[in-house]
Amino acid sequence: MTFIKKALTTSIALATASAMATTAQANMSDSEVRIGYLADMSGTYRDLAGPGGLTAMEMAIEDFGGTVNGAPIMVLSADDRNSADVGANTVRGWIDQDNVDMVGGLVASSVTIAVTNVIEENDGLALVSGSAASSITNEHCTPNHIHWVYDTYPLAHGTAKAVVEQGGDTWFMLTADYAFGHSLEADVTKVVEENGGEIVGGVRHPFPTNDFSSYILQAQSSGADIIGLANAGSDTVNAITTASQFGVTQSGQQLAGLLIFLNDVHAMGLQATQNLLLTTGWYWDMDEQSREWAERYYERMERMPTMVQAGVYSSTMHYLKAIEEAGTDDPETVRAQMAEMPIEDFFARNGRIREDGRMVHDMYLAQVKTPEESTGEWDLYEILSTIPAEEAFRPLSESNCDLVQN
Amino acid sequence: MMMIFGVPLAAFTGQLMLGLINGAFYALLSLGLAVIFGLLKIVNFAHGAMYMLGAFATLLGMQYLGINYWVSLILVPLVVGGFGMLIERFILRRISHLDHLYGLLLTFGLALIFEGTLVNFFGVSGLRYPTPELLQGGYNLGFMFLPIYRGWVLLAALVVCLGTWFIIERTRLGAYLRAGTENSALMQAFGVNVPLLITLTYGFGVALAAFAGVLAAPLYPVSPTMGSSLLIVVFAVVVIGGMGSILGSIITGLAMGLIEGLTKVYYPEAANTVIFLVMILVLMLRPAGLFGKEA
Repeated sequence: MTFIKKALTTSIALATASAMATTAQANMSDSEVRIGYLADMSGTYRDLAGPGGLTAMEMAIEDFGGTVNGAPIMVLSADDRNSADVGANTVRGWIDQDNVDMVGGLVASSVTIAVTNVIEENDGLALVSGSAASSITNEHCTPNHIHWVYDTYPLAHGTAKAVVEQGGDTWFMLTADYAFGHSLEADVTKVVEENGGEIVGGVRHPFPTNDFSSYILQAQSSGADIIGLANAGSDTVNAITTASQFGVTQSGQQLAGLLIFLNDVHAMGLQATQNLLLTTGWYWDMDEQSREWAERYYERMERMPTMVQAGVYSSTMHYLKAIEEAGTDDPETVRAQMAEMPIEDFFARNGRIREDGRMVHDMYLAQVKTPEESTGEWDLYEILSTIPAEEAFRPLSESNCDLVQN
Repeated sequence: MMMIFGVPLAAFTGQLMLGLINGAFYALLSLGLAVIFGLLKIVNFAHGAMYMLGAFATLLGMQYLGINYWVSLILVPLVVGGFGMLIERFILRRISHLDHLYGLLLTFGLALIFEGTLVNFFGVSGLRYPTPELLQGGYNLGFMFLPIYRGWVLLAALVVCLGTWFIIERTRLGAYLRAGTENSALMQAFGVNVPLLITLTYGFGVALAAFAGVLAAPLYPVSPTMGSSLLIVVFAVVVIGGMGSILGSIITGLAMGLIEGLTKVYYPEAANTVIFLVMILVLMLRPAGLFGKEA
């Protein structure tokens, strides 16, 4: 009897407490803000987002104070194993059972597209930091997600335009033989031809490829000035390493990497990657603000952050600020609030969120340093120029997104 | 300029050369598999992981103990081979009386554990191992620029492959080995320690994989997943050559490297699949493999 009494009293007390809490945080769903971090935690993309991105997200929450409008902020995380099915099911479970308010991270483009569909069906909110496909805010745009860091459009445009302007007129394309590679190749071809250059040949290699020696030999005998790498991850790493072994740069040809991350350059070393041109959304050593954040990150991870990991922090922080400002965690209101506030932090300069969900911000053309120029393990890039936010991304006038009035 | 099917002769010869070098890797790895399967009837799915451990041991040995490439070339196969012997002695032996499938599952599980553990510490981007000074640079052969290191890989792999073939097929030790697997009870009656022989053989097969790993370290990024991507192709090579055939796996390895190399020129999209097409054809026409004995 006493047990039942006790149980009853406790549950009444709990119910009252939670009712009071609800009144205090009038518009916060279930009196808690729950964020899900979904990314490749163990496969090909682990090092560019993975556990480092989760750390960045936790740093943002800590820096914000751990609560927003009195509601504690909680993080759940899961490994999507680069599978669209796994990703979509995880997010469905998060929304149905765990009342997750926002999903962040999101790397492989196929996973992101599947997840954002689920998010749209459930009126949720997703902040995409890791994905490359520009279609995420083009034909696959939804009112429920924002693409934060970069996409293939600025990468192809920034790098290809700069290379052609420096005199690299003839290109040989090494393209990964799947949707992503083909679309990157198409983007690059367009930019090269518009700027007066020419594509003289190319190879579509299987994904993934371990040994690039045959393709490098074909690129060498094509006599092109530039070898364009329309691939990513380990394919790019293998292609560049092989090119260096076959003396590509000594024979006067130059490589143009179209999707290269800091962790790739770090893994290949400067001997193989020196003078490579690339476009990046952020670099840890680009100014005092960036360095200050990167060093705090380094203390936890013992690696310097990639632009994706920095973007996870920036997007989470902006999300929390929007909740604070709007006084609610209702996704639609928060999404509108986020778009109202400009984004200026250590990561984004001149940042704003467009109606198609693209967060536009300044991008940077960088060149990989030579071993002689570099002063430390992570001293890898020199920023050559800034590509202004409004020029960097696909203009809305060319958009196929349903949310854009054209 | 002379052309072969639309490709200049010089470029064509270069591609053949590269195919042969890749083939040497296939040969070295499939040889270890063939030795282990042919003599012990273990389908060793941990072979790719052993290759990867060989590359990692080389890299870590240099980073932490200052062991140079040439010493690694001898030391790493011994160390990893020794590790393989421990696996055989304490794990594989316990299931040796069961169906082959159990060995396959067990070694596959071990491979996943090794891979996962290293991913946890080193990530997946891969680490760099510098090319040894003596083998840096390259020669212009006229038809192609050949990095010295790749030439060395071809040479070293061929010497080790032929040496292995010679030991197993032409020496008394090899004869014991073959006899021990054919009828171990009889061999034990003659006073030969068959369990020890089996442990040593497994260790030797693993050492071959580790040797390939040392050769690969300066060529490819050293990453925990480097073995699993190669293993499937190597299994296909073994199947084509005939499971367990020593000479078959060497010749098939080189031939598949050549075929893959030519595919990369004429129809690169199919480069990853051509070996499996050959495998299907061979299985249809000669189920025991090109060099296998019909059961």
